[in-house]
Amino acid sequence: MTLLLATFYQILQMLLVLALAPLLTGWVRLVKARLVGRRGPSMAQPYRDLLRLLRKEVVLARNASWLFRAVPYMMFTAIWLAAGLVPVFTTQLALAPTADLIALIALLGSARFFLALAGMDTGTSFGGIGSSREMMIAALAEPAMLMIVFSVAILVRSTSLAEIADFMLSGAVGLRISLALALIALVMVAIAENARIPIDNPATHLELTMVHEAMVLEYSGRHLALVEAASMLKMLLYMALIACVFAPWGMATAGSGVAAALGGVAVFVAKLAVGGTLLALFETSIAKMRVFRVGEFLGGALLLSLLGAIFLYVSRGV
Amino acid sequence: MGLVVSAIAFLFAVAVLGAAAKRLPQASTVVYGGTAAACALIALWAALRLAGGGPDAALVLPVGLPWIQAHLRADALSAVFLIVVNLGGITASLFGWGYERAHHDSHSGPQGGSQDGPVLPLYPLFLAGMNMVLIAADAFTFLLSWEFMSLASWLLVLSTHREPETPKAARLYIIMASFGTACLLLAFGVLATAHGDYSFAAIRDHAPAAGAAALVVVLILLGAGSKAGLVPLHVWLPLAHPAAPSHVSALMSGVMTKVAVYAMIRVLFDLLGEPDWWWGGVTMGFGALTAVMGVLYALMQDDVKRLLAYSTVENIGAIVIALGLALVFKAAHTPVIAALALAAALLHVVNHSLFKSLLFFAAGAMLTATGSRDLNRLGGLIHRMPTTAVLALIGATAISALPPLNGFVGEWLLFQAILNAPALSEWSLKIEIAVVGAALALATALAAACFVRLYGIAFLGRPRSRAAGEAVEVGRAMRLGMAVPAVLCVVLGVLPTPLIRLFEPALRLLVEAGPFDGRAYQPWFWLAPTSAIGNSYNGLIMLVVIALLSVVLVLGIHRKASDRVRWSIPWGCGFDGPDPAAVTQYTASSFGQPIRRAFGSTVFRARDHVDMPAPGDTRPARLSVTWTDPAWVVVVEPLSRAVGWLAEKANRLQFLTIRRYLTLMFLALVVLLVMVAVTQR
Repeated sequence: MTLLLATFYQILQMLLVLALAPLLTGWVRLVKARLVGRRGPSMAQPYRDLLRLLRKEVVLARNASWLFRAVPYMMFTAIWLAAGLVPVFTTQLALAPTADLIALIALLGSARFFLALAGMDTGTSFGGIGSSREMMIAALAEPAMLMIVFSVAILVRSTSLAEIADFMLSGAVGLRISLALALIALVMVAIAENARIPIDNPATHLELTMVHEAMVLEYSGRHLALVEAASMLKMLLYMALIACVFAPWGMATAGSGVAAALGGVAVFVAKLAVGGTLLALFETSIAKMRVFRVGEFLGGALLLSLLGAIFLYVSRGV
Repeated sequence: MGLVVSAIAFLFAVAVLGAAAKRLPQASTVVYGGTAAACALIALWAALRLAGGGPDAALVLPVGLPWIQAHLRADALSAVFLIVVNLGGITASLFGWGYERAHHDSHSGPQGGSQDGPVLPLYPLFLAGMNMVLIAADAFTFLLSWEFMSLASWLLVLSTHREPETPKAARLYIIMASFGTACLLLAFGVLATAHGDYSFAAIRDHAPAAGAAALVVVLILLGAGSKAGLVPLHVWLPLAHPAAPSHVSALMSGVMTKVAVYAMIRVLFDLLGEPDWWWGGVTMGFGALTAVMGVLYALMQDDVKRLLAYSTVENIGAIVIALGLALVFKAAHTPVIAALALAAALLHVVNHSLFKSLLFFAAGAMLTATGSRDLNRLGGLIHRMPTTAVLALIGATAISALPPLNGFVGEWLLFQAILNAPALSEWSLKIEIAVVGAALALATALAAACFVRLYGIAFLGRPRSRAAGEAVEVGRAMRLGMAVPAVLCVVLGVLPTPLIRLFEPALRLLVEAGPFDGRAYQPWFWLAPTSAIGNSYNGLIMLVVIALLSVVLVLGIHRKASDRVRWSIPWGCGFDGPDPAAVTQYTASSFGQPIRRAFGSTVFRARDHVDMPAPGDTRPARLSVTWTDPAWVVVVEPLSRAVGWLAEKANRLQFLTIRRYLTLMFLALVVLLVMVAVTQR
């Protein structure tokens, strides 16, 4: 019975993240437009964009291989699964024991690995630029992310996200310097991984600065729709992850009933709205960085997270 | 045990046969077939032994030094490594057979192609040597087998002596190998001093005192570390491993380094008795340095096989980190976690031997098909060599530690062990482990970048040379040789628990605990090791869910979306002509540039020099990259200067008079007698 309910919640969550991801992107765009004094498109615009792309024909570079056509599906599946693993409205998820935080990071790593390969498949210079920059950014962002996981895992004595959320909900944590360091580092990593300002600008096609867009430049039609949807999902995933680890309030736990789960959904939507607003505020108040300064930015994130982990390693005798 | 010894004897017979009949066309079939059969026999024996339990197999042969005899023994640890070595031997023989034939047909074969003579007899000897190291149970037999293994592989490296770089690689290799053997010799000398008995059983019973043990730890890290490729003793490895024919490269990089790991485990965990906490600290530190430096080196290589050899350095680093952790936890009397770390090390040993062999085979296939191993002359091979491309993709994904393949499982176990560090009592160790964890994470992320670069440049994009554009898929034997490790990579990633269970006797032997001790009940296909931190991972469910989601996705998209496809020429940055790829496509160096700039400028003093002609000048612009290996500056050059100086001094001894020679001998005798007198008192 519990497993059945957990499976139901799992499926519900997979659908929920899928449905909400474009909405979040629309919301961030809308808030950004308002902040700079434009009216901005409707929040439903990302849905329309995706549907329009799905209806268009696919234009493939003449020497694109099967890998190029398979990658959007592989990447979307990996990110979708990862998003399904982060508890958003309840910690009672059927897949929770299958993969912990480390596996989740590795899943995102797989998505990036294949997308970077796809960027190199057509043999144009833009794809190469994008892939090589993306892998450079990942080389720093991924260890920073793992150090954050270490900090949290030491504190909670688990790398399972459901257990982390349960522990944080129990209120036994209090305020901790290491957690604050980890939160800052996680936000920095999230900004870099989602190709947001100041690391990358999702709205430009300027060859000197673009990273993510350069990789997916040759995609069109349904492939592009999948790639775009996957990056929307990824942004939602990172917000859900931050919410799950650092602000799990309002989430239902095992055995707290269906009403609590429904409440959890409402609270999650509210969290996304707040997160999106904060992201838009941040992005409008800062300028884009040079690509080679990204190393310093993420090196900072890595050091912060390592410092947080060391504090915990030293202070905590288990 | 008799079976293993007969199989090794059979390998010797095959070698003799190969030497006698090397001109005959069937020679390669006999040699590779015979080697594969012998390897299969030993691997099967070891697997049954591990699964079935029972007492250790032992045998004393009346050969060797007159009063010592040769002690042979295969315990659980030997069995694990016997499986690794012989599994590698089977696939390498399969691949080598096809490789040999492919290069035999085209006599003007490229590097690795001119194997007319020496490879056939030496190849089984090399495998025999490695097997002998694993079953040796006294210091004399061990060192003899070790040296045999080194010499056989050295001669195999020399088999490509027509290549301009080979002599240099071989010279460096023989120097480093001699250095390593000398260190091991001294280490065993120290170990045996207590009672003068060289058998492992006697050494085990009389563990040396703290001071002597410290010396042995350092010597074994130098001796076995130089063979495994620990930074800064790795310099010979990226020169020597790629120089041999590809299937031998695979054995040297994927398997021989594991024999060195075996030597480390045997001495540090078994012979030396109870460890001190700093042993693990030092080991781990070397491992972390090796992992990060290895992958950074790999990122700057344009030669496929050299890149793979450097990547071996990185993976050995990860294994040595796991060994260090296991030592630390063993010293802290938390055997279950020590078992977890050691299981991670053994799992990574198996994993690396699989995917590194696979990738070296793929490099060999590329070499066969295009005649080049320079990344900047490859490209677009996914169209020309579809099977190799798929198998190499599995290898690249596995070595980048991506789920649900096997590389990730090893990494996951290792991270789980690292997470237990707060349970330790030493402050310095806690901080060190946090830093080592960060270094390991960094190395893993860089490895992914490295293999995106390798795969993307070699297999994707457009051909960078005519040969790459006209490549043809390699033969069936070579494809099968690659397919076997590829399938195992997937299977072990999805179902790692049976293999870890197979390690259990070895773990009990070394740290007196199993990795699954005391955990809550879970069905057998769950990976949920005991630790202070309760976690689990399940590759099987992950794979099933991924497959399910993909099906849903593909069906959903293809029902709703337009499936019209148009093929077109991508924009070539304004360059005209049918194929602008030659000018505009990203090269291996351009791909590596951001990472080189972010990491290499301090460590390697990597510099880009741009020579830009003035406006109006029509000569081409030129970009050159330089970098220096700090290990050469710090270790190799002083070492070679010292060796040169010593040789110079020793040279004078040749020209002494008889009277001086006699004086020298007399003095030596006096010194020895004084030493005996002092130690006897």
